[in-house]
Amino acid sequence: MLEQIELRVKGLNFYYSGGIHALKQISLPVYSNQVTALIGPSGCGKTTLLRCFNRMHDLYPGNRYEGEIYFVKDNILSPDMDLISLRSRVGMVFQKPTPFPMSIFDNIAYGLKLKGIKKRAELSERVEKALRHAALWDEAKDKLNASAYDLSGGQQQRLVIARALAVNPEVLLFDEPTSALDPISTAKIEELFATLKKDVTIIIVTHNMQQAARISDWTGFMMLGELIEFGKTDKIFTAPSEKLTEDYVTGRFG
Amino acid sequence: MTVFDEELQHLKEKLLKMGSLVEDAIKNSIHALVDRDNALAHKVIDNDRLVNTLDVEIDEESIRLIALRQPMATDLRFITMAMKITTDLERMGDFAVNIAERALELNEEPVLKPYIDIPKMREIAQGMIRDALNAFVKKDKQLAMDVIMRDDQVDDLKRDVLEELALFMAKDPTTVSRAMKVSFVAQYLERVADHATNIAEMVIYLVEGKIIRHMAPPTEH
Repeated sequence: MLEQIELRVKGLNFYYSGGIHALKQISLPVYSNQVTALIGPSGCGKTTLLRCFNRMHDLYPGNRYEGEIYFVKDNILSPDMDLISLRSRVGMVFQKPTPFPMSIFDNIAYGLKLKGIKKRAELSERVEKALRHAALWDEAKDKLNASAYDLSGGQQQRLVIARALAVNPEVLLFDEPTSALDPISTAKIEELFATLKKDVTIIIVTHNMQQAARISDWTGFMMLGELIEFGKTDKIFTAPSEKLTEDYVTGRFG
Repeated sequence: MTVFDEELQHLKEKLLKMGSLVEDAIKNSIHALVDRDNALAHKVIDNDRLVNTLDVEIDEESIRLIALRQPMATDLRFITMAMKITTDLERMGDFAVNIAERALELNEEPVLKPYIDIPKMREIAQGMIRDALNAFVKKDKQLAMDVIMRDDQVDDLKRDVLEELALFMAKDPTTVSRAMKVSFVAQYLERVADHATNIAEMVIYLVEGKIIRHMAPPTEH
């Protein structure tokens, strides 16, 4: 099967404002409508890499990128990249759920209104679609006007996913999206990935190797800012090529 | 050594123990035949339950490790192959029992002919079992390849034995019953060598992560 590439990272280096060289010559493809997991020990650079895909590092002055990340044909790292547009095409979900202090409905309608959608009927339709997509509709449909804070942690995380989905992103970035959730909520989110990837390309950073094994199609193993190995997830977890990957996935690290 | 490494070591030791029991069973079953030793044949038959017990224990231990340790990469390959190896070893143990049973029957009748090729087959097959298991626990691909190569020698010897026995049967029909039993023994040994070859093929998977079973060697293409 010919895989289509959504994002292509080429010779990426990243330096934090303090001068720390956090990513070293990273190159990898991110395939369309697939789940790519980034794993590695704390401080390996996986979250730093994730945050390059929507230029989150630009929120702090002094951070510096070198190299390219092609999103279809545009270089995301180019100085004239429109960051507002980029971040609506590349959504992000964090470790702790980040609902806005407003109703469930408004959380999702927020981005849509920013995009200029004003008609109540269309908003309702898009909100329902996003909630269904994030597998939250059945639980939330009777309390759309309740505060988002009334939802459980797992529901809040799905609300945040629905909010990201509402603006029809092409890529979704997940930074340890289930590490603050109980096993049932985790299972629901993991189950969600299988349906989400039909519409979006997913990149997930996770500390939980079994989670990477369960939900991803591709896995990148990072260490000390370098991408040690990138390949099909089943290969990485049954027969990795690199000794360092082997040591990490078998828990014999260091 | 981590607790998990100790558990893996324990699994390895059990596999080696099962292997050495099977090796002894094959050796003793052929001695029982060649030396017409009924007591030894009965011992082989009785001891098979030890092999069966280990078969179950190793499987249970492997399932437990998979469930509780979620092994990955080389550990996953080791544990899943260990479970498959017990099936091959258990089967070899059954062949030793079959040989012992044929020995008991043959010991009731006059000797057909001196055994020459069958002890040779036994020696090669037994060496294959030992080396296949050693290759497995040491992850020694070279030794595994060597075991796979030796399978042909056993096949050739079996063919010689069957041809010779066919001549006996053709010349003198009163030898048919005995000759059939001896040819069964040759078949059993040939199968034992095949199972040892299976184990050797698993070593290749263990080391390389590549399943070579059912793949013709490159020269045959």
